[in-house]
Amino acid sequence: MVKAAYIHIPFCEQICHYCDFNKFLLQGQPVDEYLDAMDLEMKRLVQSADQEPIETIYIGGGTPTALNEEQLKRMLESVKANLKPIHPDVEFTVEANPSVTDRNKLTVLKEAGVNRLSIGVQAFQDKLLTALNRNHRQADVWKMIAEAQSIGFENISIDLMFGLPGQTLDMFKQSVHHALELGVPHISAYSLQVEKQTVFYIRDQKGQLTLPGEEQESEMFEYLISTLRANGYQQYEISNFGKPGYESQHNLVYWKNDEYYGIGAGAHGYLANHRYENVKPLPHYIRKIKDGELPQRLSNELTEKEQMEEEVFLGLRKMSGVDKKVFLERYNVQIDEIFAAQIEKLVAEGLLINDAESLRLTQKGVFLGNEVFQEFIGVI
Amino acid sequence: MSKNDKLERQKRIRNFSIIAHIDHGKSTLADRILEKTSALTQREMKEQMLDAMDLERERGITIKLNAVQLTYKAKDGEEYIFHLIDTPGHVDFSYEVSRSLAACEGALLIVDAAQGIEAQTLANVYLALENDLEIIPVINKIDLPSAEPERVRKEIEDVIGLDASDAVLASAKAGIGIEDILEQVVEKVPAPQGDPEGPLKALIFDSLYDSYRGVVAYIQIKEGTVKVGDKIKMMATGKEFEVNEIGVFTPKPVMKDELTVGDVGFLTASIKNVGDSRVGDTITHAKKGADTPLPGYRRMNPMVFCGLYPVDSNNYNDLREALERLELNDSSLQYEPETSQALGFGFRCGFLGLLHMEIIQERIEREFGIDLITTAPSVIYNVHLTNGETLVVDNPANMPDPQSVDHVEEPYVKASVMTPNDYVGPVMEICQKKRGNFITMEYMDDIRVNVIYEIPLSEIVYDFFDQLKSSTKGYASLDYELIGYRTSKLVKMDILLNGEKIDALSVIVHRDFAYDRGKAVVEKLRELIPRHQFEIPVQAAIGQKIVARTNIRALRKNVLAKCYGGDISRKRKLLEKQKEGKKRMKTVGNVEVPQEAFMSVLRMDSDD
Repeated sequence: MVKAAYIHIPFCEQICHYCDFNKFLLQGQPVDEYLDAMDLEMKRLVQSADQEPIETIYIGGGTPTALNEEQLKRMLESVKANLKPIHPDVEFTVEANPSVTDRNKLTVLKEAGVNRLSIGVQAFQDKLLTALNRNHRQADVWKMIAEAQSIGFENISIDLMFGLPGQTLDMFKQSVHHALELGVPHISAYSLQVEKQTVFYIRDQKGQLTLPGEEQESEMFEYLISTLRANGYQQYEISNFGKPGYESQHNLVYWKNDEYYGIGAGAHGYLANHRYENVKPLPHYIRKIKDGELPQRLSNELTEKEQMEEEVFLGLRKMSGVDKKVFLERYNVQIDEIFAAQIEKLVAEGLLINDAESLRLTQKGVFLGNEVFQEFIGVI
Repeated sequence: MSKNDKLERQKRIRNFSIIAHIDHGKSTLADRILEKTSALTQREMKEQMLDAMDLERERGITIKLNAVQLTYKAKDGEEYIFHLIDTPGHVDFSYEVSRSLAACEGALLIVDAAQGIEAQTLANVYLALENDLEIIPVINKIDLPSAEPERVRKEIEDVIGLDASDAVLASAKAGIGIEDILEQVVEKVPAPQGDPEGPLKALIFDSLYDSYRGVVAYIQIKEGTVKVGDKIKMMATGKEFEVNEIGVFTPKPVMKDELTVGDVGFLTASIKNVGDSRVGDTITHAKKGADTPLPGYRRMNPMVFCGLYPVDSNNYNDLREALERLELNDSSLQYEPETSQALGFGFRCGFLGLLHMEIIQERIEREFGIDLITTAPSVIYNVHLTNGETLVVDNPANMPDPQSVDHVEEPYVKASVMTPNDYVGPVMEICQKKRGNFITMEYMDDIRVNVIYEIPLSEIVYDFFDQLKSSTKGYASLDYELIGYRTSKLVKMDILLNGEKIDALSVIVHRDFAYDRGKAVVEKLRELIPRHQFEIPVQAAIGQKIVARTNIRALRKNVLAKCYGGDISRKRKLLEKQKEGKKRMKTVGNVEVPQEAFMSVLRMDSDD
């Protein structure tokens, strides 16, 4: 049953050079119309009668906090009105930009029941923030987080990035230290991927982008893992670290291969064994909604084989690994049986640990995750 | 048709081909001629009609010859029958060019009004002169801003010694001068000579394989007449067949009952193998046939050899079938099974030259969908052993141990490089680096020089031409011919990956260059072979002695730690792509080696 929802707000005040999510410059966009359309999409998608309580809601972007107070309020009310019933212990996350230092927007979030903020800090060097075309500076981060904490947000996560152009190991170390000083209970750290249709991609094609090499990037990743661990953060997923009890329940939905609604232009969802993607252009999205349709562009039904593959390559991203009992319940077959050859090989290579309860990555396996994951694709 | 009718008709036949350097506009001119002679309606007119195969079109060259029958109403009021015979424009196929020229009485010599004569053109002009062809010079692309028709006219006279005062100034692209060309063909090209009632002599100048009809032989009738149902004999092989079909291309195939002197067309006779219908052979009647064949038949011998292996060893049989199919169409392709410790089962294949090799390789990959590993091309070495025996080695892996070798001979070619004199320095430097011996330098005119070297064939089979091109801004042109075997100080260099000798990477090098080559090869392999989970030493060795080494460092990180907001399909695609990339590599020992690495052992970067 679906117990999670992702909601996409595709507006930004400024476009980051690395971002390939569906997003549009805020100015001149039909924001209110979009919010109306999303309201209808939720109504159409969620059949309240047989809906189990929603346990996680994640509003991402784009930049949700690019909406004005009025819009923000309306959007949150619409979400709560449509995604019912909501579990009393719901994890309700909104992505917030560090440039939102004014108290009012944060108060709107708090009053609407949002109980977790995910803040796109990325780096603590203004030089790097400029290079990424972020619209905040590192001073904003401190101010914004202090503000959020003073309003009563305690479950705060920040994003860091590594492998950035011009980023040295020392810079990254500094960022990790500042992150620790903030005292937030959750940190995500992502490595830069140069994706098509981004400024970085174009620069890279022209040979104008110098990125740290594999060696340096590994050193950053190693430093991150050891330092956060030493400071009481558990790496519970390849890119995610949390104090005990602060793991992102919403992200875990993805890794556990559970279902989730994807709402909004360009959002991805997973329902009834179908992975789908919503149409991206706003007029197209709005039109589809007005025509009484679901705005899905691609909907791909997974075969049972594909479900098993994804169960493994997603599950292995968690440090707890793939739960063997769950695998057996879902697919009526032992993971050790169906992937016997792959598991044997990867265990021998020192990349996997295989015990009675779970199948999981070794420390070496964490660094070579893709080498492990691809072994499970197209073999059954 | 009575004998007189045949002779009357014969007078109005003109057989000609077009000689041109690549890019000088041969195909465009052929198109224009087809238009002017109304061989095709506009609707049927496809760009560059004569280049039938996709591959040819992509490379802008003609590989297989084609012959088209056209009718042209000349200014004298008579209707003439033209046969335009297309020729390949690459040095690998010079024998095929010579045979197609032998089927003509005249040739259009197309010279680019801006670039002038190139080495390859010159070689073909000499072939045409050897065949006593009437040559009609055409100066093409006169509409280019950089055109210098008068300089080129003078060059044709100085360099080739042809009278170019009547040379047609043309632009095939703009349709200028096309009629003048056709009128000159009528006036200058002699009608074919021969007795339509004499014993049959038909020259095979090309053949291809059709899965329904068997071999389709492209022929020109030099003597006599051939009819459907005739019993014929191939004079080189002695094999006999019965003629099923006779026809001409207009360019669509049109069936005829007979072909007679001067006619250019095709013939089928349930011939199962192209090898039975060899280019240059003469067809005669099985009974009361000709006593002597037409001159010039030569069996083509491959000059360049390489191993072809399927990336996926399950495709071995598919590869064999592909080679069998291609061989039907191409009697100069040779292959025999071979085994490599590193690559498993494959074939050692012989080709006329590098281009030929690349074309076959590409056709196997494209038309048959087989991923291939191609080992570095090799020539044939004569290895004289200390015990007095001689070994013929076409695979470096089979070179015997140095202590049992007395001396090794390798094939040499005479290479003519035509270049603007500004680039003589770089050209000589490249030839020198390729172990060339300077022979002479001939000034063609004020600007152009023909630099002549004797160079080991093994040095030019790989990237010699590319290097020439890149160091002369594309101006250099190359022609070469085999001049025989010479003794050289050659040794086998082995490559070791992770301590294991990889036979498919062995290469034969000159002893004096061994260290530099070893260094270059291991560096190249370090770049090409992806990092593995363990460190991989890469070594070059001669006998037991390591001459160069480097390490491919272990892979430290390959994990997607990107934020991707629930887009799992994207992640799956990325993993699938990584996995697909690995599939295209060959696992050798425990190292995954990409296809291009096997060719890299011959690559010599210009900055070495």
